[in-house]
Amino acid sequence: MSADLAAANSLITLAADLVSGRIRVVDLTQTLAPEFPQIALPPEFGQCWPFRIEEVSRYDERGPAWYWNNFSCGEHTGTHFDAPIHWVSGRDLPSNATDTVPVQHLIGAACVIDCSAQASADPDFLLTADHVRAWEAVHGRIPARAWVLMRTDWSKRTDPVAYQNYDETGQHTPGPATDVVRFLIDERDVTGFGSEAIGTDAGQGYHLKPPYPCHYFMHGSGRYGLQCLANLDQLPPTGAVIFCAPLKIKNGSGSPIRALALVPGSSGAAEPSQRVRGEA
Amino acid sequence: MIAPLHRPKRKNPILRTRLPLLPPWARSRAALGLTAAAALGRFELQVCAHCGSVQYPPREACHRCLSDQLQWREQSGAGELISSTTVYHSHDLFFRERVPWRLGLVRLDAGPTVIAHLHAGCAPAPCRVRVETRLDKSGQGVLLAFPIDEVSNMADDLQLREMTCDPKFRKVLVTDGKTAVGQAVVQALVAAGADLVWVGYAEPWKKFPGLAQIEALPQVTLIPLDLTDSRSVTQIAAEIGGRVDILINTAEVHRTHGIASRSGVEVARAEMDVNYFGLLRLAQEFGPAMRGRGADGQSSATAWVNLLSIYALNNYPPHGTFSASKAAALSLSQCLRAEMRSGGVRVINVFPGPIDDEWNQMLPPPKLGPDALAKALVKALKDGVEDIYPGDVAQEWFARWREDPKILEREVSA
Repeated sequence: MSADLAAANSLITLAADLVSGRIRVVDLTQTLAPEFPQIALPPEFGQCWPFRIEEVSRYDERGPAWYWNNFSCGEHTGTHFDAPIHWVSGRDLPSNATDTVPVQHLIGAACVIDCSAQASADPDFLLTADHVRAWEAVHGRIPARAWVLMRTDWSKRTDPVAYQNYDETGQHTPGPATDVVRFLIDERDVTGFGSEAIGTDAGQGYHLKPPYPCHYFMHGSGRYGLQCLANLDQLPPTGAVIFCAPLKIKNGSGSPIRALALVPGSSGAAEPSQRVRGEA
Repeated sequence: MIAPLHRPKRKNPILRTRLPLLPPWARSRAALGLTAAAALGRFELQVCAHCGSVQYPPREACHRCLSDQLQWREQSGAGELISSTTVYHSHDLFFRERVPWRLGLVRLDAGPTVIAHLHAGCAPAPCRVRVETRLDKSGQGVLLAFPIDEVSNMADDLQLREMTCDPKFRKVLVTDGKTAVGQAVVQALVAAGADLVWVGYAEPWKKFPGLAQIEALPQVTLIPLDLTDSRSVTQIAAEIGGRVDILINTAEVHRTHGIASRSGVEVARAEMDVNYFGLLRLAQEFGPAMRGRGADGQSSATAWVNLLSIYALNNYPPHGTFSASKAAALSLSQCLRAEMRSGGVRVINVFPGPIDDEWNQMLPPPKLGPDALAKALVKALKDGVEDIYPGDVAQEWFARWREDPKILEREVSA
């Protein structure tokens, strides 16, 4: 009973902190726009639709007093959520699709690992378990059922050519190595993994063992993926709570989302640690 | 004898753009046989199957024996210019703006005497000439007499230029420069003297070979254009639509599936989205501006070219959904042709056989090389025809289709 009371109080406090600005909401979402690139597969495979929008009417002869559009996109267009059923390794798991994933999993603590310097130096940068252990030495152990977000500042590449970063050997974007995926699942019991590039796996992830290890192992063990996240530089390494609910598509493999994060502090510019100090 | 065409001065932006007018366009059903032949670049006249006489103008019955067994037969056009005249005044609004205009009477070796427009290279009568058909601004077949021997600047004749879509000194939009065909078309246009070529490319992060060489041409400006994105088409039309004299739609999606070989509709939808809806988006956004500029000086808007496929005429089952999308585009191009006619802008349909590219890898030769296709396309502009069927396969299919579409359907599905 007292636990329920404490929970009720924390929600009341949360609501008040949101109003006062002591807790700030950060938008982790890329704008859905036709020019935002989508994942590209070899042309003989089926393709994910890019975001497209067609005007239905705009206070004109098609509809005199109202403006609205029809839009189309794939389940994996823009900032999006990957359900376990997305990958063959997760195809037979229970509650593995957008309409059946437990909603309790869709709000949770986020650990943000800053790889922006490494990704800037090497577009093919792979995050390893050693990198995560080094991060934990500074920020503490990743708690169970947390989201791990790989900050690379890749979302700051507003030019689609630089964002996709293709050459004749394919795409070059940072992502996790195989060992860190296993580590996060087996030893840290994470809820999911999020990235700023177009996939949770690295651009050259096809050449890892197994191919696309983050998709393979995360989804194979019922975990989730978040892609095309933005504004991760505005999150503290620990202490943020993210909201990443997919649309309730029947048996869907994923969905565009409006990813949001709650962070302490009212000032967006300051370092998170400084913000915490400033609040105190 | 013929003054060479010069690059036109820049348009005076404070003067009203002249509205397009059309030459007299009414024709009897019989007379449309001349237009149908001219659309293919042929000169045909009615020949009586009963008495063998060749007649002009076209009629419902033979002028000599009254037989109705008349067949359109190709003519050499050789004849004698027996008189010529230059019109300095006309009550017809179209010709009023274009006088002086030269006309002549030509006695064809085949028999009839015809009234023909006269190329400036023709000597005063009497002299030998060669009569050919051309489509005029209203899209109707007319006769034009040429000198027997090539003269310098032949294509620059002002009367001829009213009936052709020569890219010389014109501004052209090629909608997709990422394919070998698109790049060959750009090269051919530059070689033909196009002033400026905008080259569209979608999904700029996908690097394709050859684009850098195209971009290096001084006439070329690359523009981001994605026919699947209405906003992209609208934006590019807003930026350059009022300057495009020739639009060449080379964008296509080609996959090699029938109905049974691929489950679902995603591939077919992708083909339709570019091959059909892409054309529709382009036509809605670029059509009105081009139609309004059909008489905008020497380098007016003049032509719209669609890259279709010979499979638009009859479905090729191994490429069944692609064929269907091209048939849809063919149907829409007929609507576009009707709507562009008021502006005097010609819609040219190109029906190639299999192009020598990766999607036709498994088809045996003969296959049409991108350069040959581009050459045929530019020639169609210079000749001012409406339909071309470049390559051996296309020529053969077209002949069989003309002979009997049902037989072709059965042969192709065997």
